[in-house]
Amino acid sequence: MKRVIALLMENQPGALSRVVGLFSQRGYNIETLVVAPTTDPTLSRLTMSTEGDENVVEQITKQLDKLIDVVMVTNLSGSEFVERELMLIKFKSDSFPRNTFEESNIVSKNDEITNVQVVGTSSELDKLITEIEGNNPVEIVRSGSLGISSDKTSLSTEN
Amino acid sequence: MDKSNKSGAEALIHSLHLEDVELMFGYPGGAALHIYDAIFNQDKVEHILVRHEQGAVHAADGYARATGKPGVALVTSGPGATNAITGLATAYMDSTPIVVISGQVKSNLIGTDSFQETDMIGVSRPIVKHSFLVQKAEDIPQIVKKAFHIATTGRPGPVVIDVPKDFTDPGYKFEFHYPSEVNMRSYQPPKAGDTSRIKEAVDLIEAAKKPVIYSGGGVIQDDASNELIALAKQLNFPVTNTLMGLGAFPGSDPQFMGMLGMHGTYQANMAMHNADLIIAVGARFDDRITNDPKQFSLGAKKIHIDVDPASVSKIIHADIPIVGSAKECLSALLQELNSRDLKLNESEISAWNQQISDWRDAHGLNHSLLELGPQNGKILPQQVVQSLYKETNGQAFITSDVGQHQMFAAQYYHFDKPRQWINSGGLGTMGFGLPSAMGVQLGYPDSTVACVTGEGSIQMCIQELSTCLQYGLPIKIINLNNAALGMVKQWQDMQYGGRHSSSTYENSLPDFVALTESYGHVGIKVTQFEDLESSMKECISLKDRLVFLDVDVDPNEHVYPMLEAGNAMDHMWLGKEEKTWK
Repeated sequence: MKRVIALLMENQPGALSRVVGLFSQRGYNIETLVVAPTTDPTLSRLTMSTEGDENVVEQITKQLDKLIDVVMVTNLSGSEFVERELMLIKFKSDSFPRNTFEESNIVSKNDEITNVQVVGTSSELDKLITEIEGNNPVEIVRSGSLGISSDKTSLSTEN
Repeated sequence: MDKSNKSGAEALIHSLHLEDVELMFGYPGGAALHIYDAIFNQDKVEHILVRHEQGAVHAADGYARATGKPGVALVTSGPGATNAITGLATAYMDSTPIVVISGQVKSNLIGTDSFQETDMIGVSRPIVKHSFLVQKAEDIPQIVKKAFHIATTGRPGPVVIDVPKDFTDPGYKFEFHYPSEVNMRSYQPPKAGDTSRIKEAVDLIEAAKKPVIYSGGGVIQDDASNELIALAKQLNFPVTNTLMGLGAFPGSDPQFMGMLGMHGTYQANMAMHNADLIIAVGARFDDRITNDPKQFSLGAKKIHIDVDPASVSKIIHADIPIVGSAKECLSALLQELNSRDLKLNESEISAWNQQISDWRDAHGLNHSLLELGPQNGKILPQQVVQSLYKETNGQAFITSDVGQHQMFAAQYYHFDKPRQWINSGGLGTMGFGLPSAMGVQLGYPDSTVACVTGEGSIQMCIQELSTCLQYGLPIKIINLNNAALGMVKQWQDMQYGGRHSSSTYENSLPDFVALTESYGHVGIKVTQFEDLESSMKECISLKDRLVFLDVDVDPNEHVYPMLEAGNAMDHMWLGKEEKTWK
């Protein structure tokens, strides 16, 4: 089962390698990984998705929490949450599937190439990829999942 | 005093002094030379020059384990740093508080493959509790403060400080200020345990009919031995210790069942397997204890006290998890016991203790092997440990290397006090024994420190004999010489049809007596049982000299009991032909 873990860590050199290294070191798999600084520039937020049962995710979150650079960790998939991923797709303009996309999806277009962007859940994007297979996309780029909880809780050092 | 202008190197050494560091172990080299000059110009922190960086880290580790104070090692960049890696991994696996300072090439050279450059932060990352790369000289005092705080609190562990050479340059000075406290938003080690769970734990204790207290290195690290003893005595519950936990409960106490696990005693393993309650304190249910976790003590409820939340329910599900320091949690448990009108199942517990006593009588270790004399004309390795025990009145610090001799020492020397038994339990590092003994001896100059080793392990760090001469360290090296890599050979005997692939030396062993003498120490050779006790007496009585007692022992002896791989804890080999299952 797919799990989404979010964490805040010190925005400093070496912090990311500790988090990523932990996964290989402990034999866990990372499906997707997204990192960016937060509004507090001393902190980065990292979202990762992984496969595993409840025990594995509990171990992962505990081990992550032990890392000195990690300020807080949450298992987003432990309660209701929203997950979204961005995907960019490059088509040859002559095989661009006009009916599949809105005009607003198109981010660049010339005689040769049309690029689109799509936002959705990972499974929606998986489905879309199967749908457009016949149009021979030139390149598909996915961002990896971002997540946010659906209730009032937030991952923040403020509360 | 604390406010003056200092270079980065001076700030580093002065910070160590302010952390009460009295001695450190190290080896100089280019990137560390500014630091070495700062050491030369002060007299607060003594530096012990080892012969190999691995020795420096093991010595710092041994010092930390014996004294409870953090150990410090200093190495240079590149090969100095990589030589420290085995020592770091050893300390990491056994959760010992050490701080390793590594010189690094100048900051502008980092990443250019410059001379003696290694990415120490990267190389050491998976085997440190934390690490710091110094970014500017002014950061050194607060980094040292944080490093000691992290190394010594919560679940202790090694911390690396990697210092680029330019930040220790004597030509650049800054106003030295040492922080009085550490405040890290991302690091708050747990203290007392959850009291609601402690009440539930006592409920389970009251219900127990076949209880076992299983304690590990965490009790020793947290100086919680008194609390553990108080708990066991009040409840009259039997106690077993892990390899790392030996000494937390007195080894010669009748309530003690001996070590458990892979080479644990029959009674300890049987008690674990048949228990209805396991109180685990500062132990982590590792594979050398549980054997097959799926068949581990299926009838027992588990109370698990540990300072590391990630250790709880990692391998064995804890019915009552209590995260907190062993000392605080055991105190809270005792308090709860005393606040109740405690109703234990006394008659059932008494029957349980009788059962354990019967198991001990049936297949327990024979602690009077010396009385048997030579066996087939040979000295048993266990007899050497018993002779050492006798001659030191059970009071010596014992370090060991890794292999059969380590298990014999753990099984046959009754450790009555915590921090008396120093060994590489988690990583299993051959070569740990002698350098760690140097750390112990420097921590306790007037005590007897013996390194129980084998002819394989001792050769992995034997160069430290030279360090021992330079600093006058009168360590007693007790070499159980079976002319083979005994534990490897045992496995080959048991699982590989007796094919001794690369586990013997084909008459290439050195003359250890001559070798020791060439290093300026005393060497004594023992080949006959009749000479064992008198030679041991002579060895221990030479208070001011390092003595290498090289004892030829029966090369065919195996360590028993031994758990059958991949099975439950009641499946044990008790001898070459004897086992507990059909």
